[in-house]
Amino acid sequence: MDILLQQIINGLVLGSMYALIALGYTMVYGIIQLINFAHGEVLMVGALTAWSCIGFMQSAMPWAPGWLMLLIATIIACVVAAALNYAIEKIAYKPLRNSPRLAPLITAIGMSLMLQTLAMIVWKPNYKPFPTLLPSTPFQIGGAVITVTQVLILAVTAISLIAMVYLVNYTRLGRAMRATAENPRVAALMGVKPDMVISATFIIGAVLAAIAGIMYASNYGTAQHTMGFLPGLKAFTAAVFGGIGNLAGAVVGGVLLGLIEAIGAGYIGPLTGGVLGSNYVDIFAFIVLIIVLTLRPSGLLGERVADRA
Amino acid sequence: MKNNKLQWIIGGIALLVLPLILQSFGNAWVRIADLALLYVMLALGLNIVVGYAGLLDLGYVAFYAVGAYMFGLLASPHLTDNFAWFASNFPEGLHMSLWMVIPVALLLAATAGVLLGIPVLKLRGDYLAIVTLGFGEIIRIFMNNLDHPVNVTNGPKGIGMIDSVQIFGFDLAKRHDILGISFNSVTLYYYLFLVLVILTIIICYRLQDSRIGRAWMAIREDDIAAKAMGINTRNMKLLAFGMGASFGGVAGAMFSAFQGFVSPESFSLMESVMIVSMVVLGGIGHIPGVILGALLLSALPDVLRYVAGPLQAMTDGRLDAAILRQFLIALAMIVVMLLRPRGLWPAPEHGKSLSQKS
Repeated sequence: MDILLQQIINGLVLGSMYALIALGYTMVYGIIQLINFAHGEVLMVGALTAWSCIGFMQSAMPWAPGWLMLLIATIIACVVAAALNYAIEKIAYKPLRNSPRLAPLITAIGMSLMLQTLAMIVWKPNYKPFPTLLPSTPFQIGGAVITVTQVLILAVTAISLIAMVYLVNYTRLGRAMRATAENPRVAALMGVKPDMVISATFIIGAVLAAIAGIMYASNYGTAQHTMGFLPGLKAFTAAVFGGIGNLAGAVVGGVLLGLIEAIGAGYIGPLTGGVLGSNYVDIFAFIVLIIVLTLRPSGLLGERVADRA
Repeated sequence: MKNNKLQWIIGGIALLVLPLILQSFGNAWVRIADLALLYVMLALGLNIVVGYAGLLDLGYVAFYAVGAYMFGLLASPHLTDNFAWFASNFPEGLHMSLWMVIPVALLLAATAGVLLGIPVLKLRGDYLAIVTLGFGEIIRIFMNNLDHPVNVTNGPKGIGMIDSVQIFGFDLAKRHDILGISFNSVTLYYYLFLVLVILTIIICYRLQDSRIGRAWMAIREDDIAAKAMGINTRNMKLLAFGMGASFGGVAGAMFSAFQGFVSPESFSLMESVMIVSMVVLGGIGHIPGVILGALLLSALPDVLRYVAGPLQAMTDGRLDAAILRQFLIALAMIVVMLLRPRGLWPAPEHGKSLSQKS
């Protein structure tokens, strides 16, 4: 029972990180029907920027408390990631908005590769220990353990989600985003500037990705130039799982995928008599993706959309 | 016409003599040419899927891996060493000849292609890319972890001691002297690969002009219209997947015979991306363009090795040949897509261009 509870907690933490990343994917996809392959790399740049900032602050102002450093680093990382994602959209996607779908997809893969390479040059390819800035004494909940970082991850995710729902449903920008997603041309006729809306979407997505990146790095204690790729891929899976283009779907998909992975990792060994070990965890996301796409391509909460021919 | 024929003959002689010249500079150069030929084969195979049928496959390396591991298992002592049943039946191990290997690799990879194709072909382009990418990763995870409880792939250590190719008892791994000219092993492989590449090119051209090829291109241009014209799009897409995969399988088998060793490391996602970029940079769907792309990108790292030395010293060891190569590939993917979305040497347009579709 304790193991189950522990795996559920781990799954929720993992899932909320996926959910934050998936939100970025799903918003971009909802508006311009593009898989932003570089999204995972934005996460990585966010985490590594924060790592650099913290390193700098620890030597420049050692008197500062850990939470303050983390806060400042997070803000800087968000700004850097937002600027980066804005630039990516302007350089690699905007000129190709009316070309065949394969073209922006290939520039997206190129961008992802390029950012990984640049990060490897700037930050060197070794694994960097991400400092623990928050108190590391864990809480006990009915036999399971949860750290302060994990509690914070759950809280920040919840706050971000509420903010996103508010933004999309109750603000001017949100209305413009929904209108552009529905039909960019008609939205433009109604006075919405699609370019502005698209840029705003990329910036918001980048901020969420940077936050998720810092969470990921502080939860696992390391950061590296390839850290963004797999979470990015899985978050995309989560977005598809929940129904791409749907904010609530991204969250549900992310949390469910996190739970599936964590519980699967905990039980796959005993269940299969030791034939399959927890090193097969990464397969779950892809299997879920294939099953969802085959049985219910619109996702759990997605509406059925006609194929844009 | 006569002039044209002369060009072909000169080109053919140049291709035949090339390894003999290269081998006088050292076997390393012939090796580069050998691998370049393998990449040409892979790129042409992927071109069937991406170029003709317009399905972006980011897991192509999985089929390459299937072929390579198939040959690795059948032609090395690995199975005999690890399975008692196998050892009692084939104490010497299975040592299949080339004539068996090629059809088996072809069939196995084609089956894998079709099996992957069945669940994913209903998907739109970008979903397909993600699922195939996932499939490539799944295959790699299995290769990495299937060393226990039953040791099938030997895990990250890979399978070694794989036989070389033998044609009618003629061992390509040894040095041969024919008519006073000595042919090194790598040179002999060069000729084998050249024959396979030429076969691939012929098959690709025949496919392109056939009913099947035209059906693929119709699907690429407009799926719904193709369906309305009476094309069975699902079967055609499956066929494209299977055919593309079969070239990958054969290339993989050749790769493992050539190297004598396979490990999961050779089949990373980066390799898939490389092959896709060869097709895309060269000119999607255009055979000479794809060949150009494959030759350029496969020769690039070795050229960079000479440039990268001083650069590495200048940048304090941060830039080495591998990083520079990855950087240039990424840059090329972005720049070529932005400036020449149809590739460096695109197919001549006939009728409607791709870019009119929005």
